[in-house]
Amino acid sequence: MKALSLAILGIFLVVLLYAEGGLPDRGEPEAPANMHVSAYYIERSLSDTRTPNLVTAVLADYRGYDTLGETVVIFAAGLACTLVLLRGRGDRDR
Amino acid sequence: MTDRYQSVVVELVSRLVVPAIQLFALYVIAHGHYSPGGGFQGGVLLAASILLLRLTQGREESFRRFPPGAAFTLAALGMLLFVLTGLVSVARGGVFLDYAALPLPLASTASLRYYGILLVEVAIALTVWGTLVVIFDQIGTRTRDV
Repeated sequence: MKALSLAILGIFLVVLLYAEGGLPDRGEPEAPANMHVSAYYIERSLSDTRTPNLVTAVLADYRGYDTLGETVVIFAAGLACTLVLLRGRGDRDR
Repeated sequence: MTDRYQSVVVELVSRLVVPAIQLFALYVIAHGHYSPGGGFQGGVLLAASILLLRLTQGREESFRRFPPGAAFTLAALGMLLFVLTGLVSVARGGVFLDYAALPLPLASTASLRYYGILLVEVAIALTVWGTLVVIFDQIGTRTRDV
C-alpha cells in the first residue's frame, strides 16, 4: 500500500514537472493572464471607481461576485462550527 | 479560558487597548480605498478586540458587553447587506453588484462605484467580525464544559 502511494506521488510529481515546463515565466507580458483584462483594470480603475487602490477596486467592484462567494464561505464556516459543536453539546445533555 | 484574568495590569491594559484596536479597525475598513486594508482585515481586527475582551474580562463581563447572539446577528446582517446591495442593482436595471445602478444621490458613476465598494467592505467586515467571534465562542464554551 505504501509502495503504491509512493508510486502515485512519483507519477504525479513527473506530471507536474512536465506541466510546469509549459507555464509562462513569472511576470511574462505575453502570458494569457496578463493579456486579457489586466490592462483594462490598470488603465481604467481610477476613472471607473475613483479608487486609487487597484486591489480594492478589483476585489470589491470588478470581482465583486467572487468576493461575495468568499464572504459566504466565511459565514458558512461559522455556521458549520456552531452546528457541529452545538450538536456535541446536545448529545451530552441527553 | 473564559474566566476573568486575575491581574490588574492585564485588565487595565486591555481596557486601554480594546478601543484602540477598534478605532484602528474602523480606519482600516474606511481607508481600504487608498491603502492596504478593507473589509476582511478590518473585520479580523474588530473580532480580535472582542476576543481580547473575552480573554481578559471574563465570561460575565464580556458577554454583557458583547453578547454571543450579537455576533451571529452581525454576521448575518453583513451577508444581508452584501446580497441586498447586489439585488438593489438588479432591481434598478443593472446587473448583479453593479454599483452604478445603486439609488444614491450622487452625480457620477465613479462616485457611485466608490460608495458601492465602501458598502460592500462594511458588509464584509461585519460578516468576518461576527463569524470569528462566533467560532471563538463555540470553541471557548466547549472547552469550559468538558
